[in-house]
Amino acid sequence: MSESGIDRLASLFAEARAEGRAVLLPYLTAGIPSVDASVELFKAMADAGADGFEVGIPYADPLMDGPVIMEAGETALARGVTVAVALEVVMRVVEATGKPVLAMTYVNPVLRRGIDTFFGEVAAAGACGVIIADLPADEAEPFTDAARAAGIGLVLFVAPTTDDERLKTILEADPAFVYAVAEVGVTGERDTTSVNSATLAARIRERSNVPIVFGVGISTPAQARAAARHGDGVIVGTAIVRKVLEASSADVAAEQLSAFVRALCASVHSNNA
Amino acid sequence: MRLEQPDGRGRFGAYGGAFAPETLMPALAELESAFVDAWADPAFHRDLERLLTTYVGRPTPVYHAERLSEELGLHLYLKREDLAHTGAHKINNTIAQVLLTTRMGKPRVIAETGAGQHGVATATACALFGLDCVVYMGEKDIERQALNVYRMRLLGAEVIPVTSGAGTLKDAVSAALRDWVASVGDTHYVIGSVVGPHPFPWMVREFQKVIGEELRNQLDGSPGSPTPDIIVAPVGGGSNAMGIFYPYAGDEGVRLVGVEAAGFGIRTGKHGASLGEGSPGVLHGAMTYLLQDRHGQVLEAHSISAGLDYPGVGPEHAYFKDEGLVEYASVTDDDAVVAFHRLSRTEGIIPALESAHGLAWIVEHAAELSGATVVLNLSGRGDKDVQQVAAMYD
Ligand SMILES: Cc1ncc(COP(=O)(O)O)c(C=O)c1O
Repeated sequence: MSESGIDRLASLFAEARAEGRAVLLPYLTAGIPSVDASVELFKAMADAGADGFEVGIPYADPLMDGPVIMEAGETALARGVTVAVALEVVMRVVEATGKPVLAMTYVNPVLRRGIDTFFGEVAAAGACGVIIADLPADEAEPFTDAARAAGIGLVLFVAPTTDDERLKTILEADPAFVYAVAEVGVTGERDTTSVNSATLAARIRERSNVPIVFGVGISTPAQARAAARHGDGVIVGTAIVRKVLEASSADVAAEQLSAFVRALCASVHSNNA
Repeated sequence: MRLEQPDGRGRFGAYGGAFAPETLMPALAELESAFVDAWADPAFHRDLERLLTTYVGRPTPVYHAERLSEELGLHLYLKREDLAHTGAHKINNTIAQVLLTTRMGKPRVIAETGAGQHGVATATACALFGLDCVVYMGEKDIERQALNVYRMRLLGAEVIPVTSGAGTLKDAVSAALRDWVASVGDTHYVIGSVVGPHPFPWMVREFQKVIGEELRNQLDGSPGSPTPDIIVAPVGGGSNAMGIFYPYAGDEGVRLVGVEAAGFGIRTGKHGASLGEGSPGVLHGAMTYLLQDRHGQVLEAHSISAGLDYPGVGPEHAYFKDEGLVEYASVTDDDAVVAFHRLSRTEGIIPALESAHGLAWIVEHAAELSGATVVLNLSGRGDKDVQQVAAMYD
């Protein structure tokens, strides 16, 4: 594995752009329903066509997450899914799927581990990048430096509420991709999305060629298709986590995720030129 | 050295800052500029002062507690925040923030509450200005502060129980922040202490420092009016303590002591002593001292007093601790309850359990403080705690 994480992310988006399609990046909390089963679930999603993954490192006070992902985090923590265990899941998912993987968490577990140590460990686990939900660009510098030193990407958020001045600061921090928040709110399923993803994407595109991945509030193939039309990728979290939490067994969850991810891919991968 | 204001990134030394989801960042910037604008506007001060005088009942008196002074062998003065409208210092902040909310043109207010005092004070200010008010409160706190839940509902607020985590103040703050992430366009979050992302710790300090500024005038060294040797205040999130300490911070000859909750005892691990026992980290948007495990998961605090039952603390206190400007100590549940009874019986003042922690520290250190002029910030009255104490100890 000679290519750095940041390069692998760049290739992922470059290839998708060349093919005129977007990528699907499903999110699942590490260790749900168990460590072994969660690795199998990521594998099932890879087989169903997912392009890469976000592996959630559970945190007890997730300010950006709604009840479903909160419950998954609490369950995982109760089962002993520490940062070290979550990174073991990351490593196994990378090995089992060969897909780009991002570790998703919150600031405090990273600080506790030590910023440089954490990014080094994430890179060693084979992940391509890190997403930190409560890290705005204003506080990102030590994290950006650590990511660069580790050869992996740091993702920064742009929200519908982000004004032009902040947008400029965020883009200047040179994120691996922009996580474009598709809903003013925490993660969760909605019938409709209120945000105009075309406008948000256009504002970013005007200033930068950075890949744009939409997430938050996207839970159906139709919503994913709408977001994919304007972005380079789509993140689906709550709908996947909920299926896993509600499934009667890990096998049932794997079947459901296969079918769901296949449907999402059909929407996201269709030519969006 | 005391800072007039945090730096441009909202830092008090290494502490503070704004670690919040991007969705909220523009609202925090908007709040900062609205606050800076209002705080420089004589009309805002005029409106606020009029309300603080005619509605809140400021200045609150300083009372020389002579019977207890005699028993303890020192000169004990009580800064009577319990006499402010709604029964605690919390209203200093809520009246100002709600006034600011109307200036920003937002029709809806959310708040978190632990003891319920901040919730009541926010509901009160919203009733006064005709704003919609939603208060998040942990399930456990709803049980132990039932009187305040009823008061909030009487005042027209909606109280939403928070069931996540331990169902206490930390979870209520998280729930309020999650609401705000979704409602930020038309809603202001009236945070209840000197916690949270910048500009809250700074702004709430500015709104609470009226306590210490009044005290300076009330105990000014003129005949019959000794200046304080030592000022003691309970520390939950840290707003009443910051309010009384800030105007004195860095003054020679005034010792400042913040009293945290030792709960069942520091050694049991069931306490709320974030400054005494915690370590730096990020909680609710700010870098500060907090109670956390070695994996960076925030721990549940414990205190008999819902207002001190919080695993974090305002970032400026973290700075004051490191700079040695304030000493931070702690007092157990049991000692606080003893002090609760003692003030009731010797002075006819039933203190909030939070405030009773401050008194318990003074009682414990009376010998060492012999002859000194000691001011306790009596941050609130204890009506809300009477049922809980009755059920637990009688
Ligand atoms: C009477 C009283 N004192 C103290 C506190 C603790 O908060 P803070 O440390 O912000 O003053 C509370 C909080 O609810 C309170 O009601």
